[in-house]
Amino acid sequence: MNNKMIWNIVGRVVRIEAILLLLPLITSIIYTENFSVLAFLITAVIAFILGGLLVFFTKTSNHIIYAREGFVIVALAWISMSIIGSLPFIISGKIPSFIDALFETVSGFTTTGASVVKDVTQLGYGLNLWRCFTHWIGGMGILVFVVAFISKTSDRSIHVLRAEMPGPIIDKITPRSKDTAKIPYLIYSGLTILLIVMLFLGKMPIYDSIVTALATAGTGGFGIYGDSVASFSSYSQWVIAIFMLLFGVNFNVYFLIAIGKFKSAFKSAELKVYILIFVSAVIVVLLNILKTCANFEEALRLSVFQVSSVMTTTGFSTADYNLWSEMAKSTLLMLMIIGGSAGSSAGGLKVSRVMLLFKKIGAEFKRIINPKRVNTIQLEGKRIDEASVSGVTSYFAIYVVLIAIIAFLLSIDGFSFETNLSASIACFNNIGPGFGAVGPIETYASFSPFSKIILMIAMLLGRLEIYPLLIALAPSTWLKK
Amino acid sequence: MDIIVAGCGKIGKSIIRSMLKENHNVTVIDIDRNVVASMTDTLDVLGIVGNCTSYDVLKDAGVKSADLFIAVTGVDELNMLSCYVAKKMGAKHTVARTRDYEYNRKSFDFVKDQLELSMTINPELMTAQFIFNLLKLPSATNVEMFSRNSFEVLELNVNKNSPLIGVPLLELRKKIPVNFIVFSVLRNGELTVPNGSFVLCESDKIGIIAQITQSHTLLKLLGFEQKQVKDVVLVGASKIAYYLSSLLIKSKNSVKIIEKDRQKCEDFATRLENVPTIICGDGTSHELLRENRITDASALVALTNSDEANILMSYYANSKGVGKVITKVNNKELGSISEELGVGSQISPKTIVANVLVRFARGLENVKGSKLETLYRLLGGKAEAVEFLILDDFKFKDVPIKNLRFNKNTLIAGIIRDRSCIIPCGEDVIKAGDHVIISTAGQSLYDIYDAILK
Repeated sequence: MNNKMIWNIVGRVVRIEAILLLLPLITSIIYTENFSVLAFLITAVIAFILGGLLVFFTKTSNHIIYAREGFVIVALAWISMSIIGSLPFIISGKIPSFIDALFETVSGFTTTGASVVKDVTQLGYGLNLWRCFTHWIGGMGILVFVVAFISKTSDRSIHVLRAEMPGPIIDKITPRSKDTAKIPYLIYSGLTILLIVMLFLGKMPIYDSIVTALATAGTGGFGIYGDSVASFSSYSQWVIAIFMLLFGVNFNVYFLIAIGKFKSAFKSAELKVYILIFVSAVIVVLLNILKTCANFEEALRLSVFQVSSVMTTTGFSTADYNLWSEMAKSTLLMLMIIGGSAGSSAGGLKVSRVMLLFKKIGAEFKRIINPKRVNTIQLEGKRIDEASVSGVTSYFAIYVVLIAIIAFLLSIDGFSFETNLSASIACFNNIGPGFGAVGPIETYASFSPFSKIILMIAMLLGRLEIYPLLIALAPSTWLKK
Repeated sequence: MDIIVAGCGKIGKSIIRSMLKENHNVTVIDIDRNVVASMTDTLDVLGIVGNCTSYDVLKDAGVKSADLFIAVTGVDELNMLSCYVAKKMGAKHTVARTRDYEYNRKSFDFVKDQLELSMTINPELMTAQFIFNLLKLPSATNVEMFSRNSFEVLELNVNKNSPLIGVPLLELRKKIPVNFIVFSVLRNGELTVPNGSFVLCESDKIGIIAQITQSHTLLKLLGFEQKQVKDVVLVGASKIAYYLSSLLIKSKNSVKIIEKDRQKCEDFATRLENVPTIICGDGTSHELLRENRITDASALVALTNSDEANILMSYYANSKGVGKVITKVNNKELGSISEELGVGSQISPKTIVANVLVRFARGLENVKGSKLETLYRLLGGKAEAVEFLILDDFKFKDVPIKNLRFNKNTLIAGIIRDRSCIIPCGEDVIKAGDHVIISTAGQSLYDIYDAILK
């Protein structure tokens, strides 16, 4: 393994984090929050020195990395980013426990949005901005950012991109990795700015608009008020609901639209299925909650918002769906597992993976009935090779096993089965709120430190799509044989 | 520039690597899924799997906006057809590899024009011409020519008893009546651009620029033995051997060819008008080599398909005192081994082709003030010698060279004006219409302002 190269890139990532910390620092200065100004300043200096030292001591001329190095780089970068990112919470004294602060940060970077803070308003402007900013950074991926804007061209940076970008098949859309990484970032930033403007036009204060937009873009879900976004005007709720849905679409679709290839953009089978799932879920939920709402507009708004929020794994809420009928809750649980599209900032299994899974099941039926029949699996008119298909099926198997193990480990704390399973699913799929004791108006504060560590691992496993973390933690990766 | 390369064979890969080094955006097409996967995993390219003559595949690869389309699959007809389709779809320039004898006659120009091909490349013919140039100046390991047969770049190994050793370059130039410039020195893998006080030592590799008419005398004065090549032995009756022997025979050398395969020997004999001596036998057999007194030849060129056999034969010939030994080596790893063994000049067709295409691609770049005409890379690709045509809008017309400021590692090695060659000194000026030769180490020149700063 090319250890030097791995730590060199991790060092670069830490150094970038130091620069990113300047944004909440400036915010704290503007709002004269002395406790957080110092916390951000100290953290930024630590990160800059630590990152600088790492880069300095790992200078190497050997830039060759393979798939394994790509996975390890991504896993280590995310872990070190989370540790550094938790320091402002600890130093400012707002979240004194290290485990709690780390939980909050991991939840931020992985765009989960599960919180241990009971009253978020007491964090202040600076820390709240940092929480939501971590969503934005984690949504598109920090290493994608490094490849896009920082690193000198490396022939093999595709391995890093593949390890961090979500989805079953990651392919380049341009000859250069740099451009392939740059395009989604530009689309992401553009949509975020558009959202800020839209919210601001709806008479939302500028700070609230920015912070909410950051949390929406990363499909994260940290709110800055106790009741998530329920207190916002219905205009703002509609805007947020629609933008959540937009951020759950594969960004390649936007790229195709941007370069004028409308035909191929709307030919995307994943987009069609994504919208189909969304519309049918809204109808089911709408029919279930219609009786309990004051009028049709409210019922439609609540169901669209909740479905959009859960499906794109954002985790904002405008209603306590813990109180909804079992059928509406089951619908939401299914959406949690499916998640958004590949190549978006959303989490979950991803629509394209679910599609491949069903196609594989169909092919398997055909094979059982007629063993000699040749079955190929196609997606959007292209044949998917055997390796990708079996990659999806084994991913699903590990996914199910890990969710079961995590739910089992959570049961030590003695909460209900519903709480444990939904917490496991909500963290693994980066949604945030689940059902029962972790419902939309509750927090994760009541879990034991052990459970919080388990949930942090679940969030990282889910965001990085399992393999990077498992490979980085496997002893065989590090032992020389 | 956006470049598309169809076919990822030996030549294709070498072209792709060179184009990436030149900072072009490269898309590759190949029919084999695994080949494409290995390319996208190891190089920063976009890979498309499919038939390169298919409209849909070419569309996926972005042919419409491509600046250069290079077809180098194993089949000539496929290359020509895909270039034609690519051109019609909007590719600005197309290059096809055509290596069949039929497609390298004068009459092929008609087809070339009709297909609107910007260039055809024949790796075997290019290699043969390259070897032919090497044989003309046997003491150099690499010889390249600039336009109008004016200047020559030579790559030389400094031997043990050479008069070059131990004398500062400035004095050396005073001592020797012929004008020349040492523009780069490769010592222990490190490249330097020497100044006047630089002192050469044994086993340095140096790049020299001199006038063609004087290079023979220069080499003699510098203590390099100049034995005129008269009889050449070629081992392996390949396509390269065919083109090379016709060139050699035309310039009245005697050629002897050794080939194992009887059928190939006969094919070879029927294709050439003036049939050289063809011996059917194994080139690595000691008996055969002695029987035919190979060691008496003034040059041996090893061209079989086996790198190992080529290196072994060259090593043998070298130790027996054959004046000039040229070895074809395809495998880079083996190449560096034989380089260390020091078995004379080494050539690799894929590098020669890649260099030609790099030159072609640089010539396509839109530049002001000058136009790139020729480009040679030597000393393992680390140093470059480039010929620019100076255009009317050149900023420093008629400014004495001593008043110009140059980039650190560049030198003006020569100026060609009308038909005369000038090795410039401080008072000389550059005029529009001049051809200027600039040498550089460790960087790439795209236009003349990369070399002249002020």
